[in-house]
Amino acid sequence: MKQRGSFFDRLSSTQIVYLVALLTLIVGAVLVSTVGRNFFSQGNISSILTGTSVLGFIAIGQTLVILAGSLDLSVPYVASLASLIAAGVMANNPGNVLPGVLLTLGAAAIIGLANGLIVARLNVHGFIATLGMGLIISGYLATNFKGSFGQTPLSFRLIGATGLGPVPISTIIMLACAGLAMLLLHRTRMGHHLYAVGGDISVARTSGIRIDLPVITAHVICSLLAGMAGLLLASRLGVGSPTVGSQGGYDLLSIAAVVLGGTLLAGGKGTITGTLGGVLIFAMLDNIMSVMQINPFLKDVVRGVVIVVAVAVYARRRIVNRPERFSSKGPAEAPAAQAARAEAP
Amino acid sequence: MENPGRTGEASIPGGRPQGSADPPPLLEVRGLTKSFFGIPVLEDAHLTLHRGQVHGLVGENGAGKSTLMKVLAGVYQPDAGTVLLDGREVSFSHPTKAHEAGLSSVFQEFNLLPDRTVAENIYLGREPRRGVLVNKALMNAKTAELLESLGITAIRPTAQVRTLTVAEQQVVEIAKAVSYDARIVSMDEPTAALAGAEVELLYQIVSRLRERGTAILYVSHRLRELFDLCDVITVLKDGRVVSTGPASELDDTRLVRLMVGRPISAFFPDKLPPADSGADVPAQPILELHDAGNGQLDGISFSVQPGEIVGLAGLQGSGRTELLHAIFGAAPFTRGTMKVEGRDVAPKSPREGVRARMALITEDRKAEGLSLNQSILNNALTVIRSVFPRRTGTARTEIPGVFSSLEVVARDLDQEVQYLSGGNQQKVVLAKWLAIRPRLVLLDEPTRGIDVGAKVAVYRLMRKLAAEGKAILMVSSELPEVIGMSDRILVMRDGRLAGELPAGTSEEAVLQLGTGARTAPGGGT
Repeated sequence: MKQRGSFFDRLSSTQIVYLVALLTLIVGAVLVSTVGRNFFSQGNISSILTGTSVLGFIAIGQTLVILAGSLDLSVPYVASLASLIAAGVMANNPGNVLPGVLLTLGAAAIIGLANGLIVARLNVHGFIATLGMGLIISGYLATNFKGSFGQTPLSFRLIGATGLGPVPISTIIMLACAGLAMLLLHRTRMGHHLYAVGGDISVARTSGIRIDLPVITAHVICSLLAGMAGLLLASRLGVGSPTVGSQGGYDLLSIAAVVLGGTLLAGGKGTITGTLGGVLIFAMLDNIMSVMQINPFLKDVVRGVVIVVAVAVYARRRIVNRPERFSSKGPAEAPAAQAARAEAP
Repeated sequence: MENPGRTGEASIPGGRPQGSADPPPLLEVRGLTKSFFGIPVLEDAHLTLHRGQVHGLVGENGAGKSTLMKVLAGVYQPDAGTVLLDGREVSFSHPTKAHEAGLSSVFQEFNLLPDRTVAENIYLGREPRRGVLVNKALMNAKTAELLESLGITAIRPTAQVRTLTVAEQQVVEIAKAVSYDARIVSMDEPTAALAGAEVELLYQIVSRLRERGTAILYVSHRLRELFDLCDVITVLKDGRVVSTGPASELDDTRLVRLMVGRPISAFFPDKLPPADSGADVPAQPILELHDAGNGQLDGISFSVQPGEIVGLAGLQGSGRTELLHAIFGAAPFTRGTMKVEGRDVAPKSPREGVRARMALITEDRKAEGLSLNQSILNNALTVIRSVFPRRTGTARTEIPGVFSSLEVVARDLDQEVQYLSGGNQQKVVLAKWLAIRPRLVLLDEPTRGIDVGAKVAVYRLMRKLAAEGKAILMVSSELPEVIGMSDRILVMRDGRLAGELPAGTSEEAVLQLGTGARTAPGGGT
């Protein structure tokens, strides 16, 4: 048990994320009230939560992929493609909602499978494999779609527009996915093996784990969730768009949310809970800055500072992971020293 | 909690003696041959293991011990030869096949995930389930039971492996090996990272396993352990078995002679006369510490004279490595004074330490001492190039001479260090530090995991440096080494100096100071 070390050093990284989220909440509430608005109004809370859902879907998937020791840069393009397939298949016909959703998710899963197979079987690092896959999809989208395409029917658009009280349906679905991802990670063999493969691939191999399987699974789930994000975007926009994903910058933003949530970029350590905290922090920052009507370029500066500071804090904590035996000023309160003194006579 | 009696899978079927008359040996290896890139590393090796027997396997680095172990573990496939388990021929295409047959291995490198719990590590790949979900309660209970059966109660199944001591991690590693219903456990230098009382823990586990009828293949460089633990000792040399027989028929001298063809007296070379005998050197200490301390150390006062080799003994975690790091500036002192050749020096970083002409040979050469995928020459020039760039040219011309005097065996200086044996890698680390012409040499476990021949080379080098008037401070967990090489021995305990002992003291005296025991600790070794 670590008894000494500062209060800060004793917190887990997940606790720090939520502490920072709380701090953001307080600072945000104060700042927003200075311009005469209420941060906690039903409308504003609903708007923050809406902001969490698209990024949330993608960041959950990204967490799984990063934990497995890979990376997915193709998510924004998968989301764009998904919005186009959904809007195109549905074509404003309520009867086509189910086939539209299934086709979209099927296509996303196939892309994820391709990503996973390239990473696991061809031994291409996830960064390169998914960068390539993203370029392929982006090229396809750019040549075949010049603008928005298709239309989603009203019944489908309601998913993106309604909520239970201030909580949007989309956020509830996102949280349900988060719950399933946690169940997968902590209570199934697949989840345990995913941590093992990301933590140390040779340990996983000598323990008899089929090391391809967790990596491929993580990529498929990640693409599926990017597909979900695309569906949600199609529902909100009412149409499919070839650029909706890349405009959101979801590739790097999702990685940032995952890392902000305390997950090790090298894999093997991290939680979905932490990622959700990271997503919440970004959503609140966005909301505060748009309510305050801050220059959009400054938004990116703030996001950038938050990410760098967070990761610097985690890096420091990784170095000082050993409790001190003596305080740096003197041994006065160190129990080891007292024991030694008691022995002395 | 709710599962007593249903956890038999994790324990060993030791209490089931087979009634058959004159059973075949548990494991028999015949004519095993293996070569890499055309170079034979194992030739016609044979080995026989019986139930409840501890079988020692010794030899210099490169003698083929690790290769033999890895063939048995299913990591390598042999080129020729047979492995018989219970009289039936087996071959393991994958480590899991070996596990299924009841043959587990504990390798030198830790095979644990530091960010996962003890139970998650032990049952990795075989997590008990209820339906599709992992049954964590059962997994933790089985782990607790397994550890208890090895006599370990201090390790919680839910503890993160990162938070355990090195010795505890080693125990977890062994528990993991045993958990595969192992009838044979092979261990590659299980005590390499352990000291003093921690080794006792390992002895205890080994004897528990032996009582259950488990056969143990025990690889070690520490001769003392082999005689303490083993029933039979097999000696490998250059890939061949040169001797196999009861441990009681061997002694240190004969064992070393079998391994290297050299008598043990060559082990610790004699002191050399000072190099510049004419000039009377002003006896100013090279290093002086007065009441120095930081977060891990307190009240450290001692000095080291030119030409002196001072040994630092103590248990794992007693602060020996931390002391070297503090002197070098890697984890600086926060109080007290430190002088180098009479001048106040307080290095706040390794760079400042090097500028004060100190060298630190770290205990983990692969992680902290070498860039494994770079050439020998690049490694040897790392320090001088970054701290004294103008002297790089001179150093470069001296390197070949240094290597030949250290007897480095390598194809050429462009060879990547990862392909060198442990002993040769260590010599590269030493050469790298000698290039700065240090006044104070800090050695942390300088002979860990290297063969006897390389050890002797390191010892000779230490004597030579001392004769040149350099001061040497050496941390070692091998007591014979500390006692055989040091002019004085400082013993550490709980971050403080527990006392000083003269050259040629007894191992018992060092242990007594290191553990704080008032009387000799039981004479268990």
